[in-house]
Formats: sequence, C-alpha cells, structure tokens
Amino acid sequence: MNNSVKFRFPGVVKTPSRFRNPIGKYRLNRTEACEACGKCVEICPYGVHVIRRGKLYIENPHLCVGPDCPNPCYEACPVKALSFGKNPVFDLLGDFRWTPDLLASTWHMAETGSVPSAGLEYKAGASGGGFDKLRIVMKQGSTGLAEISDDDIDVTVQLNRRDDNAHRVSIEVPFYGGGMSYGSVSINTILSRIKAAKALGTFCCTGEGGYPDELKPYADHVITQVATGLFGVREETIKRVKIVEFKYAQGAKPGLGGHLLGDKVTPGVARMRGAVVGYPLFSPFPFHSVYSVEDHKKHVDWIKAINPQALVSVKVSTPTDVDMVAVGSYYAGAHIIHLDGSYGGTGAAPEIAKKNIAMPIEYAVPKVHRFLVEEGVRDKVTVIAGGGVRTPHDVAKIIALGADGVCTGTADLVALECIRCHNCESGRGCARGIATTDPELMELMQHDWGTRRLVNMFLAWKKELTRILKRLGMTSIRELVGRSDCLVHLDYIKSKE
Amino acid sequence: MPEKYVIHTTTVPNRFRAISKSGIIAWEEGCLRCAICVKERCVYDVYYKRKLDSRQMIDSIDNLCMNCLRCVQGCPKELISKSVNPEFKEMGDDFFTPEIISRLWYQAETGKIPVSGAGYPGPFSGPGFDSMWTDMSEIVRPTRDGIHGREYISTAIDLGKTLGSLKFDQSGGLIGDIPLLVDIPLPILLKVPPFGAISDKTLLGWAMAAKRLGTFLAMKRDEVQKLPDQFRPWLLPVLEADLSDPAAIPRGVRIVEIPWSRKWDKTAKIIKDAFPSLLLCVDVAMMDGMEEKARAVAEAGADIIHLDAGAPDGGKDTKACDARAYDPRRVKDAIRSVHMELVAANIRDGVTLVASGGFAMAEHVAKGMLCGADAVMAEFQLLISLQCRMCRRCTTGLSCPMDIQDASSKWVAGRVVNLFGAWHNQLIEVMGAMGIRDARRLRGEVGRAMFYEDLDKAVFGSLGSAAEGFELE
Repeated sequence: MNNSVKFRFPGVVKTPSRFRNPIGKYRLNRTEACEACGKCVEICPYGVHVIRRGKLYIENPHLCVGPDCPNPCYEACPVKALSFGKNPVFDLLGDFRWTPDLLASTWHMAETGSVPSAGLEYKAGASGGGFDKLRIVMKQGSTGLAEISDDDIDVTVQLNRRDDNAHRVSIEVPFYGGGMSYGSVSINTILSRIKAAKALGTFCCTGEGGYPDELKPYADHVITQVATGLFGVREETIKRVKIVEFKYAQGAKPGLGGHLLGDKVTPGVARMRGAVVGYPLFSPFPFHSVYSVEDHKKHVDWIKAINPQALVSVKVSTPTDVDMVAVGSYYAGAHIIHLDGSYGGTGAAPEIAKKNIAMPIEYAVPKVHRFLVEEGVRDKVTVIAGGGVRTPHDVAKIIALGADGVCTGTADLVALECIRCHNCESGRGCARGIATTDPELMELMQHDWGTRRLVNMFLAWKKELTRILKRLGMTSIRELVGRSDCLVHLDYIKSKE
Repeated sequence: MPEKYVIHTTTVPNRFRAISKSGIIAWEEGCLRCAICVKERCVYDVYYKRKLDSRQMIDSIDNLCMNCLRCVQGCPKELISKSVNPEFKEMGDDFFTPEIISRLWYQAETGKIPVSGAGYPGPFSGPGFDSMWTDMSEIVRPTRDGIHGREYISTAIDLGKTLGSLKFDQSGGLIGDIPLLVDIPLPILLKVPPFGAISDKTLLGWAMAAKRLGTFLAMKRDEVQKLPDQFRPWLLPVLEADLSDPAAIPRGVRIVEIPWSRKWDKTAKIIKDAFPSLLLCVDVAMMDGMEEKARAVAEAGADIIHLDAGAPDGGKDTKACDARAYDPRRVKDAIRSVHMELVAANIRDGVTLVASGGFAMAEHVAKGMLCGADAVMAEFQLLISLQCRMCRRCTTGLSCPMDIQDASSKWVAGRVVNLFGAWHNQLIEVMGAMGIRDARRLRGEVGRAMFYEDLDKAVFGSLGSAAEGFELE
C-alpha cells in the first residue's frame, strides 16, 4: 500500500471452468460428415475448435459467440458438418438481475481476464430499473484520451480521508471484497478472495464469523467485521487489521438478524465462533448496545482504543433516512460509510425482506452524496456502495452517482461458477462447493484456481473501467465521483425532435 | 401481558406432486448408462429419492431437482440437458404468477416463511405493490429488542368504528353509546372464492381455519346454512342488496355484509333495527366513483367498508374471475385514494376499511395497510393453498385436476392455517424492521413506505439530457 513504489498488478493466467462441460450461450454440433480438414480451427477467432491426432473436437463451445461471429465455422465448413443453436440450459440460468448473459460474461472474464468481445450483453442486466436503465454518456467516435497509456489512468481510492493518525490506506482498484463469513462460505472461497485481494492491492472482509488463522499471512488485506452477534471478535484480531467494519445491518435482510443454519455449524465454525456444533446461530438485530449515534461513537472509540491506527468502516442498510445515518456515522468518527443495497447477500434470507425492505442502492448513494456535500464533509469520508454491483459498468455508474468505490460479493461467487440457483442454504449447502462447509462439497474448489479466477475477473473490470474513464476524458476515477451528468436514465431521456 | 397469539403450523403434505420450475432432464442419444450423474454426483440424491431406475434414464420432470446443473456439467459425454418445466410456465395468470403460486403452495404445505440465498433476483420495481418498498430503522429501535422483540409485536386490529372523543355529563357519566368493536388477531379476513371445485367439505375446512385463526370467513347467506352452528361467530354472511325480511339473517353471526346499491341504506336500516348489535359491512366495488360512495357509506353510519376489487358493483356477477371490476395491480392506488378521501372528510376513524383482491403475497398485506387499509380479505389464496393452479377449468364446467372437492376438511383447514401462519410471521418480520409494534399503526403510515413514483423521479428525473453527438453505453 506504500505508494512510493508503483504497484504491480499480476498478469492474466487463463483459468477455464472446473467442471467438465462449461455452460455457454450457444451449442455447436458436428456430424459424422466431418472430414477433419481443420478449416474451422483455422478460421474460428475464439478457439472453439481444436484438432488432436487428426480428429476435431469442439473443445470450448462456451466461447462461441453465435450469430455475432464474423467468420462462422458452420458457413465455412466445406461439408456442412457443423450447425449451431442456442443452448437450452442457458435459459434455466440466472434471473432479472443476473441475466444468463451477465453470468456467462462474468465467467468469460474470470477465464480470460477480458470482457467478452461479442455474443454476450456484459454491461447491464434486465431488472428494468436502476443500474439497468442508466447509461454512461460518451462522446461519439471520440477515443478520449487514447494516447495516454492505461497505466497512467489512476483507479486508486484513498480510504482514509480524515486528518487523523489512522493508517493512510489506499486501494489500487476502486473495489474491495464484502463480508462473507466463515461458515456461510467455505474456507477455499475465503482464501480465494483474500489472495485475490492481496494480488490486486485491495482488501477483503471476513464477515461476522471471525478471523480464521489461515488468513494471517494476508493480514494487511483483511477487514474484520464486528457485527451484532460479536462472533469471533477478539482483541488480537482487532489489533491485527488495518480496517475494522461495524455491521449495523445488511442489505439482504435489513432490520432483521442473521441466521446460520445448524447444519453449517461444523466443528471448525463452532470453534471460531465460540459456539456449539450443529446448533443454529442467530445474530440479533440491532446492536443491543447501540441505540443512538452517541452509543455508536462509543463503539468507534472502543476500536480506536484497542487499535489506534485502525480505519473504521460502518456498514449500514438503506432506510429513508440513510443520509442522516451517514452523517451521524461520520461525526462519530467513521472513515468509511458502507451502504449496502438490497440485491446482494449470499446467505439465506426471508424473501419478503430481500424484496421489500429498504431502498435500492441506486437511490441511496446520490441521496447520501448530496447530503454529505451540503454538510461540507463529503471530502472527509469515503463512501463505499455494495449490494448489487455486478459489472464494471455498474461500478462506473454508482461512482458517478456519488460513491468513491464499491464492495463486491455476488460477482466474486459468480466468478467461482455460482449459477445463482438460490439454494445456498438447503441440504448440505451449495452444490457447487462455494457456499458450503460440507467437507466433500468444499473439495470441489481449490483456492489457487479460485484466486486466479477472481484476479482475472477484476483485471477485466479494471481494464474496462480504464477504458470508460479514457472515453470520458478522465485520468483518475476520482474525477468521476458524483458526476451524475455523465449518466442518462432511459426512462427520462428527452427526445430531441 | 395478554395471551399471546400463536398460529400453530405443522406440515400438511401435498395431495399431488407439486409442479416445480425445474423441468425436463433429458438424456440424449448416445448415453452409455455410466450412471455417474445419477449415482455418484447428484448432491440432492434426487434419483434415489424418486426411486428411478438409473439404467432406464428416461426423460423426467422432477420437482426434487434443485437445478444445480452438476449433472449437466459433469456428464462425460455432454448428453444431459435441462430446461424450464413448460407446465410450470403455464400456471396461473398475470397476477397469480407461477412463482407466486409455487411459493403459496410451499407455505400451505410447511407453514414456513420462504427463505432463499443469493439476494433478490426479481425486477427493480413493477406495477401495484411492486412499486413500493417498506422502511427499516438502522440503529434506534425502541419498539423492538432483537429477535425476542418479535414476541411483543401485535398484529391485532379492530373491526368497527372508533370514537374521536368521549363526552360526559355533569355527574361524570358517559353520554351516548360506545360503538361495538370486534377485534381479530390477524388483519386478514377470508372469503369464499367466486369459483373453484368447492364442496361442503371444503367449506367446512375453511370455516375450521377461520375459527383457528380467529378471523372471519365471508360467504353467501345460503352457504352459512350448510355449516354447523358452532362456526357462526366466525362466519360473515353476504346478504342480498334488496333483503327485506330480517328473519333471513343467520343467527349467531357478528358481522353481515351487504352490497352497495342505490338503496343500500334502506337495507341497512332493516338490519340495524332488527339486530342493533350486528356490525354492518358495505361492499363497495373498486371502480370509478368509489371514493364518493365510500365517504357517503361511512357518513351514513356503516361500520365497515369492504373495498372490493373482486366483484362488480352490486356483487351479482361473481361467476368468473374475468368479471373482476378492477385490475388487482392497481389496488394500491385505489386504497390510497379511498383512504385519503375518508381522511379529508374527517371520518377515517369512523369506519374500518377492508380491501380485497390483489393480495397475493404476505408483503401485500403490509403494503395494503400502509396505503390505508385496516385489514385485507383473501379469497383465491384459499383455493391455491389447496394446490389449485388457477387453471379455471371449473369455470367451464370441467373437472378439477387437483380434485379439490374431495379433500378432507381437516386437510383443507391445515393448509389454510399454514399459509396464514406463514403470512403472520412475515408480517411480523416487516413490522419489526419498520419498528412498528402494533398493526393498527400500519394503517396509512406512508412515512414508513417508499414509493417508486416519488423516488425514481426525484433521483433520476434530471438524468435525461445527452447532447447531440454522444453515444450511450
């Protein structure tokens, strides 16, 4: 984090799916008529076909871009042995927010380190509002700052903007990993995320399940969470970190407590949390020791007494008075206000809460930004938005609405091949080995693989953000903060006739 | 502390296999029957539980499959595929969508709140109640003390009028009568739906459910006669608009309903003269002019207004759902409009407003109340809890594919109690988050609601200009 030496990002290491058959949007078929001439291998720009010992294979059907292909193999094949169609499984994936296209393009980024060049809509989902109706306004045809090297576009975010004696912490990319507790996801998922955070010069939060010893080597990149259940909170772990996050509420279940099902309380989890194996754990809502901003200040002071150099982040949900909450947190001494919107969350939550309680993050961020500006303290505090940020375009949009940076969660899991089946909580937990503590299912994913997938995805995000900034004529992401004039909303766009 | 209201739920299994979204598992030609997908890899043991012979591997629509796609992605020959169950997509209508119906089935079966992982997957907002969010309190929570605070949240409401003030004479005695109030522990009344394969067993089951829940079941006057007298206090007979003989009113009931008509007040007088202790509910259809009608009805002294999206004015033509007077997706606006009319006329506390139609999910109850209803009335949910899929075959005289008419009364009652037990718990969840401890205070409390039409324009309304020569990305 020391800026005297320029941070070096890792390179992309191609990291394909860990399952035998990756899921793509299109499916290719090769009939017996194939004469193995190799024409398809030669013309396909995406490496879909391979030839081995004189035989042709469709090795990477998920990389096929279908009708967008400039050089379609199924037309060029001299014996017409190739045909293509939509993969029927594709429609079973995803939802309004994470469309099948967004899932597949995230997998593409995690595999290749770049956004897909064609065939997939990777910028927005289909929720019909908020992010998905906002567009970034760019000068037509202009390449903005094309002559400037990507390396000279600054995407770092300073997290400590108070003039106090806490660490001067900045992150090399405008995002860090949101809390996912030990217990809700596997240790391999946690390790993948924290190792990726280290490689990218940013942070990752432990969630409320405590700070497993496995994370010690990455201590400079850990944010540890103090949540209402106080699970795993110890003096030594508070002392070990640079950032401590208070979780007052979370977007997925605002106003409700957390609930870790008994099945997920394995011996390891129980030890970490000081609990009994097999018994469900409730973290209450709210903090029973906080009923006012003064009480909140007492908590912040308590952290500062134990670790005077720690930055304090306050994670809150988005009620109508979210702007007042943000200002109150600032005056209580917080360095970071973390607003958590309602589309995120990995653990189990009542559907009625996820859908209905608290406002979307796209409303909350501009409200808070404006209020902090009017209060004259906007440049003294860092605003981080989380809960529903899926793509580099979402990052740019929410920063233009007033955030300094974002917090990721679900996108990380998608990079690790979550398909959003929403069954994280049932039976033995995630069938794909991501959000589970089942010893057998956990083994489905190794953390080296996971780290590479996450690094790739975030490098693609960084590259795409850099491209957007250059097109906007900006050399630093800080110039974009609060620039809502760079956005239009499709429902309100005035037709110029 | 008064006795706590608890709805006891227990699993009441489906009579028929539920239709689930998870569709066809298809094994394509060339399958070697290696059974890796089936025996070794299925996390949910679907194939064992269904007792499928793994060597057969025939097409299968399976409601135990959780769509993890492990078999699709693990098949050594890439021969398994899955798709959405076409039968699922065809269920219901624009309002009772397949997703809503399957969630209602789950609640009727288990009595539990639907819970899932991985965030909210639905649209940003939508018509009607989907354009509202409920508020929460971040730190200061005087009304709720963590998970145990749930115990103190009351969902009870009163039916009838409340007085604006009490008047006393010189000697301190009360002047005038205190109007009759009936309180119900849950702000939900039930109503026999206008169609369905409904037998006397079904009716009895619903009456048993109403009694167990402590609420009312509205039904036609002649249907009341079919049920044992012991259920009378929980039945709400709907009388004819031109009723002239008060002897026709079933004895032992506490509330009666009459449809609004030009001469409704004459019928009301006949009823009140004969039975002064009966609460009178007037059914006002949701349609143009409902605000003035509701105000006039309240001013003329009715105890309850039933703002009805289900039946056209007069309540006669209730044969088919297509005869609905009002789009259930607009119920939110209708309630707000009538509520505000009554507030402006300074008579809001002089009448109870019960809304029906458009309450497909538990969240709609809380939202309807925030918009200004005191309580809501559920009707089609009573059928859906019995595994009805809203196919409407019964309205054309065809048999019910779920044989609802043959279900035992005990099963019917158990399913309905489970559904509303789950709704009760969900109501407590959102009330807790809002910091509201008493359901009576939900009514018209728009300060604890957020509306899309207000927020979206305020936040994004100014983001509408892009100069020429710009492109959008």
